[in-house]
Amino acid sequence: MAHCHCPGLKIEIPAGARRIVLAGNPNTGKSVFFNHFTGMYVDVSNYPGTTLDISYGRYGSDVVIDTPGVYGISSFNDEERIARDIILSADLVLNVVSAAHLERDLFLTQQIIDTGVPVIVALNMMDDAKRMGIEVDVDRLSQLLGVPVIPTVAVKKEGFDRLKTELFTARPGHATPGLEEELNQLLNRVGSRGEALLVLEEDPVIAARHGLEPDTRREEIYRRRRERVNAICQEVVRETSQGASVATTLGRWMIKPLTGVPILLLALWAMYKAIGVFIAGTVVGITEETIMQGIYEPAVRQFVEQFIPQSSIPGTILIGEFGLLTMTVTYLLGLLMPLVVGFYFFLSLFEDSGYLPRIATLVDRLLTSIGLNGRGVIPIILGFGCVTMATITTRLLSSDRERKIAIFLLGLTIPCSAQLGVIAGMLATLGPQYIALYALVIFSVLVMAGTLLSTLLPGKSADLFIDLPPLRLPRLDNVLKKTGTKSYHFLKEAAPLFALGALIISTFQVTGILEFLQNLLAPLTVGWLNLPRKAATAFIMGIVRRDFGAAGLTDLALTPLQTIVALITITLFVPCIASVLVIFKERTKKEALFIWGSSWVVAFLVGGLVAQLARLFSPAGDKVQVLPVILVFAALTLAIVGMCMFLRRARPTTNIPR
Amino acid sequence: MTLDRMKRGQRCRILSIPSELVRAQALRFGIAEGEVVTCCEVVPAGPVVISKNRQEIAIGRGLARQIEVEGSF
Repeated sequence: MAHCHCPGLKIEIPAGARRIVLAGNPNTGKSVFFNHFTGMYVDVSNYPGTTLDISYGRYGSDVVIDTPGVYGISSFNDEERIARDIILSADLVLNVVSAAHLERDLFLTQQIIDTGVPVIVALNMMDDAKRMGIEVDVDRLSQLLGVPVIPTVAVKKEGFDRLKTELFTARPGHATPGLEEELNQLLNRVGSRGEALLVLEEDPVIAARHGLEPDTRREEIYRRRRERVNAICQEVVRETSQGASVATTLGRWMIKPLTGVPILLLALWAMYKAIGVFIAGTVVGITEETIMQGIYEPAVRQFVEQFIPQSSIPGTILIGEFGLLTMTVTYLLGLLMPLVVGFYFFLSLFEDSGYLPRIATLVDRLLTSIGLNGRGVIPIILGFGCVTMATITTRLLSSDRERKIAIFLLGLTIPCSAQLGVIAGMLATLGPQYIALYALVIFSVLVMAGTLLSTLLPGKSADLFIDLPPLRLPRLDNVLKKTGTKSYHFLKEAAPLFALGALIISTFQVTGILEFLQNLLAPLTVGWLNLPRKAATAFIMGIVRRDFGAAGLTDLALTPLQTIVALITITLFVPCIASVLVIFKERTKKEALFIWGSSWVVAFLVGGLVAQLARLFSPAGDKVQVLPVILVFAALTLAIVGMCMFLRRARPTTNIPR
Repeated sequence: MTLDRMKRGQRCRILSIPSELVRAQALRFGIAEGEVVTCCEVVPAGPVVISKNRQEIAIGRGLARQIEVEGSF
């Protein structure tokens, strides 16, 4: 992914072309404008980690550049930094504003005007505003801001013709009172009024660019800007009706636990039906088995074998069991791609409808106890799709501490969809008490690990502080485009890692390291986990792909207890090699090694504990007592949570979020 | 009083917000110190949702505990 911290942004601007920059808050319908002007489409996500690619296109002889949706420009996150730099380099800014949320949106408008760049405002969602009983005096707004304001309804293309004819009437507007003088003082030092503004607003990056210490006037300027925006709104907005709409009521229900939990369960159930049953079963059956393994793999094997035999070393690497051309391609395109598309589809749906921030609000309490905040729910849900994808998504978490915890928990406790498929199949043949044992043990490990990490890591995770946009029906074309963009970026980023992983494993296989590890592990498997010697092979295969590990168990003759012990161990065991590579890429070597190493320890510790406890509680006969084992784990979890609470009390509280 | 003590439907004036970054973000959302907001939802032991006009913001419990408010309007 191109992280373009422009001015290094690589956009070819032909000589004489003007830079028209699209800017606006998240979910203002900006993408429709971009599409209309350039004929291209764009991702409209308002979550970090997804909009870092900047779209641009030609409009006549000029260039239109899109920016991520932001509430203001500064250095608070990547989106803002990128939006800031693009806006500062603009010849004119087309600012898309939601008429229904003028108070919030005009803050950015005023900030852009304060940079001194020529601005034209598209007052979008006029239809929504009307429906909500909001009237905006457009002419007065234009007068107060000092820039042209064109009312639009983007989805119906209303107002677009006028916008096109008046686009170049964009002009610098009226700055926040008092700012002009302050800026003039700095202008000869900095040279650009926009950058001078950001130096005043304590932007460390821009200040450093000019060898200046950032000023300390941000809050004061923000406050004056907010006052001005409020005064403008007071003058131009007239509310004709007030009252809760259906969307407002539903939005509230989604947050209250009593109604929110059932709604969330319903949404997850729908997701399970669509992804777990339809995609993982029907679609993957076709893509993986029929197409890739049935047609593609034999064809590529036959082709390669014309040049090199499969049994040779390059043959093993290319078309062997973990071959670069066979397993990697099949896995990526046949298995992973449909699942990833499915998960991203739901994520985009939740995001565009405004449901996602409400899920985050609902589960915030639970996640704070394991050191995350509500937003941590996104990587966790995605983890059930693909841990590699989820690990990449942790970029949206606000602090490094949260990323650490999330990545650790993902690697340790979340079984990905490929593995879940095999596990569910094996669990289904056992009784419900065994399923409960499996689920509760994994859950208790998640809680214990999260609580411990959250207590032992220094600092405190950021508190939830998010905007709840109004609920709305998502537009299918938007959701599909977004799904497409996200899936494409994931595959582009992950494919080389999957290939590298396959290469490493093939090397292990050729050099005999794989066999060596299996023998090394065997005593532990037999003596501690009470499993047959051959189960070690399954675990080692789990290093490659988690579902390989699980699938390796199906061939063994195991008692129900042995099955559960094996499944628990394989779930907690190290993430697949692609995930590990992503962890190494995203984190320091030391941390990645720690995560990988502790997965080994925790997996065998917990698996063995279950095996030994079960033996302890049922000394004679083969009837296994599940309940005592569950109770021991529950007690253990409570003990750890209690201890952590005590430790946290004892520690001085520095509770102030960053 | 702090924001986490508010009940659903109550209105209050925000007196102080602890961290500078949260203050800046709140100003962007339209909520400044001195502003009167409505507490429109409280998730038990969880976030507090406040609204001003049509803007709704969810604030984690830990942060809400540090936001000083003045109740009953």
